Amino acid sequence: MNENIIEFNNVSFAYDSEIVNAPAVVKNVTLSIKRGSFVAVLGHNGSGKSTLAKLCNAILVPQTGKVTVNGMDTADNGLTFDIRRTVGMVFQNPDNQIVATVVEDDVAFGPENLGVEPKEIRRRVDEALKSVGMYDYRLFEPHKLSGGQKQRVAIAGITAMQTECIVLDEPTAMLDPRGRLEVMETVKRLNRELGITVVFITHFMNEATQADRVLVMDDGGIILDGTPKEVFSHKEIIIDAGLDLPAAAEFSDMLISDGFNLPDGILTAEECIEAIYAEAKKRGVC
Amino acid sequence: MIRDITIGQYLPGNSVLHRLDARMKAVLTFFFIIVIFLCKNFWSLGLMIAFTLLFTAISKVPLRMMLKSLKPIFVILIFTAVLNIFYTDGGRELFGFWKLSVTDKGLYTAGFMVIRIICLITGSSLLTYTTTPTLLTDAIERLLSPLKVFKIQVNTLAMMMTLALRFIPTLIEETDRIMNAQKARGADLESGGFIKRAKALIPILIPLFVSAFRRAYELAFAMECRCYRGGEGRTRMKQMKLKARDLGAAFLVAALFCGVFFLNYRFKALI
Repeated sequence: MNENIIEFNNVSFAYDSEIVNAPAVVKNVTLSIKRGSFVAVLGHNGSGKSTLAKLCNAILVPQTGKVTVNGMDTADNGLTFDIRRTVGMVFQNPDNQIVATVVEDDVAFGPENLGVEPKEIRRRVDEALKSVGMYDYRLFEPHKLSGGQKQRVAIAGITAMQTECIVLDEPTAMLDPRGRLEVMETVKRLNRELGITVVFITHFMNEATQADRVLVMDDGGIILDGTPKEVFSHKEIIIDAGLDLPAAAEFSDMLISDGFNLPDGILTAEECIEAIYAEAKKRGVC
Repeated sequence: MIRDITIGQYLPGNSVLHRLDARMKAVLTFFFIIVIFLCKNFWSLGLMIAFTLLFTAISKVPLRMMLKSLKPIFVILIFTAVLNIFYTDGGRELFGFWKLSVTDKGLYTAGFMVIRIICLITGSSLLTYTTTPTLLTDAIERLLSPLKVFKIQVNTLAMMMTLALRFIPTLIEETDRIMNAQKARGADLESGGFIKRAKALIPILIPLFVSAFRRAYELAFAMECRCYRGGEGRTRMKQMKLKARDLGAAFLVAALFCGVFFLNYRFKALI
């Protein structure tokens, strides 16, 4: 089997295809996503990142080029069902993707649609709720949960379908910092422990630093692609694309320009603290 | 506060009535209502009252809640009573004035009707008090499933009901939010006459509708992403199984049926 789960081959997409010369939202993107990887997609509003996500599981079909999931072409209507049971999708607003009036019924919705045996559904639902840490809330009504909890229920709804890949389209955009952290930790654990491929679309730099691979989009194209360290070393390109550097990177840059001897490529708060501590020790401050 | 709303009038509890299979409860409620209309004299009606009280006691629904469910039909009860008192023919005239006369039969019939309606409302309220809307929807889906023969998409209907229930609290929250937003911009929702206040609702309803449609659109995407294709090939996690207590309940209602028939023939019919 191919080691890439999703492949984009010179893909372009424009909404309103009837209008001649409608502006393409995604332009000539060629991309492959490795099985089991954790890919973050960054970009400012209107950069085409959400459209890229919707191209992954046949919600949108490209006008030119080809998107394949496990070798299945998303343009083939007959394969849509199989593509969607391979690539699940979590949206920005948790309220608009929860279907049932009880948490466990909602998680069961996907497997029920797949026609799984009732006993097996029960097992999968319990397992999925445990894996996102929401098992104790299984009998709650969704509207009584916090945003972060609702989003975790939505993620459980996808994992219960046992998809190989989850695409999350700005799942943290509507959440408070705590909810963001909950969702991020959950997604990281699913990737690490269950080997689920994750495509995480976000505009929070700190979340992107935790991925294996970061893609930066601007004006429908991918302008940077690499590990977080590589990508964030191109500071000018990132700022030109309308994005910020991660807070820790910005802070350590300021320290470096003030003459402190810190290593390059600091991205997370932990790295930054360690580097400052090492530097302080060297100077005999502590 | 608005987060605490409960949909329907379900009262959480753990009585036998709560634990009965929702399908059985729905069917038995249906038969219960039929039996109410089969009563022909005060003996069989008395048995009916006894059973209604018995079921209410079993359900442990507080009497206060039961009376609350009768409050909206109070006007109907009065109306029915008055009509029956004056419009029943025959019987011995007790007193009369102008063109109206009150007979003993009229009084009997009025009392009979009022008690019937009270039993009817109490019986059907018991169903909604002891069953969650979700279970009730499931039960209706399963009970109506034979209609598939006539190409009626029962699954789709049930899904629509579930989604409606699911989005009631969400839309109430949204309404609250929009009202606050419009108030913050100086909208006056409380003063003025009926027409003025109705007009003031327009800037609330329009954004609410727009947002509801946007939600529906996103929800449809989310459902498709979770492989929803309508009813075909769909399984259900929760299976409903009839237990001994369900048969017991059926037996009880059957006994009521027989009792009412017996009393109807044993004593002479009043109406």
